Amino acid sequence: MKRRAFLMTGGAMLALSACSGDPPAPEYGPEPTLPEPQRGLLPSMVIPRPAGWGDALPTVPEGYTITAIATDFGISRQTLVLPNGDILVTEGTGGGAPALRPKDLIANFIKGLGKSKAPSGKRLTLLRDADGDGVYEIRTAFAEDLNAPYGLALIGNALYVANQDELVRFDYRVGQTEASGPPAHVSDLPSAINHHWTKAMTASPDGRFLYVGIGSNSNITERGMGAEADRAMIWEIDAQTGAHRQYATGLRNPTALAFQPGTAQLWAAVNERDEIGPNLVPDYLTSVREGGFYGWPYSYWGQNIDPRVRPQDPEKVAAAIRPDYSLGSHVAALGLAFSSPAMGAPFAEGVFVGEHGSWNRSTPVGYKVIFVPFRDGRPAGEPIDFVTGFLHEGRARGRPVGVTLDPSGALIVADDLSNTIWRVTPNQAGTEAGRP
Amino acid sequence: MNSNAVTEIFLARGLRPIHPLHAILLAFPLPLFLIAFLSDLAYASTYEIQWSNFAAWLIVGALAGGGLALLWVLIELARDRTARTQRLVAYAGALVLMWLLGFINALVHAKDAWAIMPEAIWLSAIAVLLALAAAWIGFSGLRAGAAT
Repeated sequence: MKRRAFLMTGGAMLALSACSGDPPAPEYGPEPTLPEPQRGLLPSMVIPRPAGWGDALPTVPEGYTITAIATDFGISRQTLVLPNGDILVTEGTGGGAPALRPKDLIANFIKGLGKSKAPSGKRLTLLRDADGDGVYEIRTAFAEDLNAPYGLALIGNALYVANQDELVRFDYRVGQTEASGPPAHVSDLPSAINHHWTKAMTASPDGRFLYVGIGSNSNITERGMGAEADRAMIWEIDAQTGAHRQYATGLRNPTALAFQPGTAQLWAAVNERDEIGPNLVPDYLTSVREGGFYGWPYSYWGQNIDPRVRPQDPEKVAAAIRPDYSLGSHVAALGLAFSSPAMGAPFAEGVFVGEHGSWNRSTPVGYKVIFVPFRDGRPAGEPIDFVTGFLHEGRARGRPVGVTLDPSGALIVADDLSNTIWRVTPNQAGTEAGRP
Repeated sequence: MNSNAVTEIFLARGLRPIHPLHAILLAFPLPLFLIAFLSDLAYASTYEIQWSNFAAWLIVGALAGGGLALLWVLIELARDRTARTQRLVAYAGALVLMWLLGFINALVHAKDAWAIMPEAIWLSAIAVLLALAAAWIGFSGLRAGAAT
């Protein structure tokens, strides 16, 4: 009853603002409207409970087809398309820090209701479509006993895997279906507590550096600033030596990284803070400036101070960079992939973003893959739904995580709730031909 | 004077000795709320988050002990009409108020970092006073020393 009352109030406010001629608040784009922070005695928590797909499929735009190319993973997170079209899938789950407060016990239980109960796979699985008919008939365990592997990058003959605590390297030859041996250590990654445990990764176009996203160890410093050393930032790691430096900081949870094709520009999808309202703080897509500071924890979206952080740091706030493009609050963007003309004209230039979906909102958002169109190398215009139907009648049939472009003309979407790898292809090949 | 005679005098004055287990449960809220309050003050003056974590657990402890003591007295009131003395009803009332306020305080302490302030300080302080009142009334049924 109470929630309905809240919703009705919200509806009335919307109606009022419509009457006064104000445009509806755009939550996406470069200039999101930011309401005042708010929180009641209890945070809004609505966790769509899992439901199977049955015979249903996710919805894709007209002229596109989606198929499940593999399922039954030990929690499928991110994918990498290898030069011969093979797909690597990282499987597993990390984190699991002990509860620090009574709240953690309760909140973790509630959030767990919306997650896969599958055991952590701790491996890399390889999928192969040998005859190019879109059916991935070969499935092998490429490598096992990895500690919550997440980010993947291939540089020449070196396959890099970002585990939750360590960056490792496998030797890789095209066509291999199993690693030839155990991986070599490249660099340790910050892993104490590991509240945000995922280690997103991408490689620079010249192959010299790897970029690893390291999420914060809290929502908003509730574990103290001591726990945030080397957190909420992107590391640049020398692929040869393993030496690292802080490339950009103040990014609460940089969950996906990608280089813009044809440039040396790194982009990131970042998940922002919770528990200050349904429309705060927007998760965002941004080009990443070397040495840049993006606000966390002191401020959000530029200079909006977060009163929950003490002591404050006015100098850091003044230096905080506004991100490029709001994806909307709480959508939980976990996947990022630049498109190409092979995906067909409407989706030729821009990025695909996998949205895992919200918990901190009475009306869930996210639970889909969107496309953010680019023009002249910058985000331009409203996002377009690309894969939807994950949320159905209040239940979650799946939750998108990693999105990866297959250069032959397909988008690979990892789903960590139904533990499926989805493949979306244009029916009419784009300007480039699809798979022969 | 033997102990039976003492008990009779107390009963005649409407005072009943509190059961030892009930007394142990009632011993929880006051010190735990008090230390929670002091921890809140320490967090407010140092920004050291661990004080806030201590306070959150101490409040849960106070609510657990206080909740069981409340359950005890409610069962006593429900089972035995003659037990419904003014003192016992006042004691139950103080416990109810203390528990509800303490529960709100627990929810406030579940906010992140400085978001608990300044409500945490005020709620913890009032919880201490209510716990003091509940313990005072609850324990005043039986006193050591000679009865007059």
